[in-house]
Amino acid sequence: MAQLEIDNLSVEFRTRHGVVRALEGVSLSVARGEILGVVGESGSGKSVTAYTVMALNDEAAEIKSGRITMGGIDLRAASPEAMRELRGREVAMIFQSPRTALHPIRKVGKQIEDVLREHAGLPSRDLKQAAIAALARVRIPDPERRAEAFPFELSGGMCQRVMIAMALACSPSVLIADEPTTGLDVTTQAVIMDLIRDMSRSARMSTLLITHDLGLAGEYCDRIAVMHAGHVVEIAETETLLDRPAHPYTRQLLAATPVPESRIETLNSIPGQLPDLRSALPPCRFSGRCDRRQTICDEGELPWTELSPTHLVRCRFPL
Amino acid sequence: MMAPLLEARSLSKFYPIKGAARGAKLHAVDDVSLTIGAGESVGLVGESGCGKSTMVRLLGRLIDPTTGQILLGGDDITAVSQARFASAAGRRRIQIVFQDATESLNPSFRVFQAIADPLKRLLDMRNTAEIDKRVRMTAALVGLPQELLQRYPHQLSGGQRARVGIARAVAVEPSLLILDEPTSALDVSVQAVILRLLADLRDRLKMSYLFVSHDLNVVRLLCSRVVVMYLGKIVEIAPGEALFTAPRHPYTRALVAAIPDPARRREARPRLDGSPASPIDPDPNACRFYGRCPMSTDLCASAMPPLRAVGPDHFAACHFALSPVGGTP
Repeated sequence: MAQLEIDNLSVEFRTRHGVVRALEGVSLSVARGEILGVVGESGSGKSVTAYTVMALNDEAAEIKSGRITMGGIDLRAASPEAMRELRGREVAMIFQSPRTALHPIRKVGKQIEDVLREHAGLPSRDLKQAAIAALARVRIPDPERRAEAFPFELSGGMCQRVMIAMALACSPSVLIADEPTTGLDVTTQAVIMDLIRDMSRSARMSTLLITHDLGLAGEYCDRIAVMHAGHVVEIAETETLLDRPAHPYTRQLLAATPVPESRIETLNSIPGQLPDLRSALPPCRFSGRCDRRQTICDEGELPWTELSPTHLVRCRFPL
Repeated sequence: MMAPLLEARSLSKFYPIKGAARGAKLHAVDDVSLTIGAGESVGLVGESGCGKSTMVRLLGRLIDPTTGQILLGGDDITAVSQARFASAAGRRRIQIVFQDATESLNPSFRVFQAIADPLKRLLDMRNTAEIDKRVRMTAALVGLPQELLQRYPHQLSGGQRARVGIARAVAVEPSLLILDEPTSALDVSVQAVILRLLADLRDRLKMSYLFVSHDLNVVRLLCSRVVVMYLGKIVEIAPGEALFTAPRHPYTRALVAAIPDPARRREARPRLDGSPASPIDPDPNACRFYGRCPMSTDLCASAMPPLRAVGPDHFAACHFALSPVGGTP
């Protein structure tokens, strides 16, 4: 059974300008030791998915339907106290911007000690060493000295590693990484992604990797789910998704992503924009941008097409 | 080699460090020389803190160099101070497109004003009809619909804002356009449109580009020559293809190996650990990459390797740049 299972999740946000249907019928599962990539452009619902799993959405968000289970535990039925217990110990999250996620005026070593005290139940005398070990694990040079630093004394890349150290400190069974390497140099990105992969393999950690970078997802993920306007439109094993994309949006996204072989003349741009998620939406939210659209696309329920047991696409006319 | 449009000679920018030992200086850019040919697109890459942004501000004449000269079309544009250059005739010849159009556009200027402003300031245009015509022409050139000209920046999408940032830079017909991470805030589908627009404008307006980006695949698309910086120094200059397929400096090799590449997902690749040394008063007699470099020999610690030719139009600053690629002692 999958370690993390999201089943038919729909989330809406009430705003002054109407109800935003941010997620509709999202189903994803991550097996033990697996890295599942969730890719898509801004507004596709990647981060809302992550925040919903963590129960960190703001008050305007309402879960309309769906089940989220982790190791068999129904997260939606969990009390706020139980959820707080789970966060940190069973499931940890790496946020997009480490500077806003870290306490600005507490030493980073102390912040990791806080997590260990709260969730790992370590005796006080072992906390300091454990925090330093956690920093060493993410290959922060000179961890004893860095533990004494405040976030503002560290570079962005260092803060990112501190946050990753904190997320991994209690050896969570599930890691949710929301654009974990945004703003980092490619060299640092490579080191950090290698580390997350090693943790997934050696500790059988399940990782949900949210990224806009198909190249990054392609290198590190076992499977990739593509999101567009609050829908998962395609999910497949990485090689399959990259070599034989079936959804028109996936193909367009791949053709728009610069790779070493790309040429400026053939670099694809995707026509149109995301539909307004507050308006009445057609069953296929990509139909307004799609070059394969037919009248039936705007009628009835949008079915999933199973191209193989591991390759699903939400399109009536897959490639 | 094309006749250089811009030539930077031994450019340095040092910043005094407050509260540190007397005379301590941060070497943001240290003795850098480079040329950009007429119509040429040069990429500038390196990690944060390598001096890319300082180079943008130096070559864009937003700050004065500590030492060194910048020649534009043979004229020394560093002869006048940065403050006076702002109103000098040469100002319009170098323009900058900044990283985040949301931050760099005046929020209280409508799009029309944003594009008209440099025309008034730098070309001294006064005739309203003439300004109107030029603004509309520029908007059409960058693919901005006329009805957006009366909007404010916050009423535009990210892609539209990026177009405004480009429009106000090209309105005065510069000969050199400096692009500082112009697409890093954009989604890939929009990025593709903007990159194609930039390639098209370059051909139509015969501009030279200095293209700064952390995305090496994007640099590869637009630039014929790439400059790699590390801790204030140029470590390698090469034609785009050679840089990516046969890098000669160990730092460039690590940089290229770090580009995510699904095609190489099963391969173990060399990783660069640790972080750069301090840029404050670095040892002038040691390679800046010493300590982080897989080579790091005694020679590297006692002699700064100069930039020297290692192939056609290809230069690298490493004592071992001529040894076989991948050959580590």
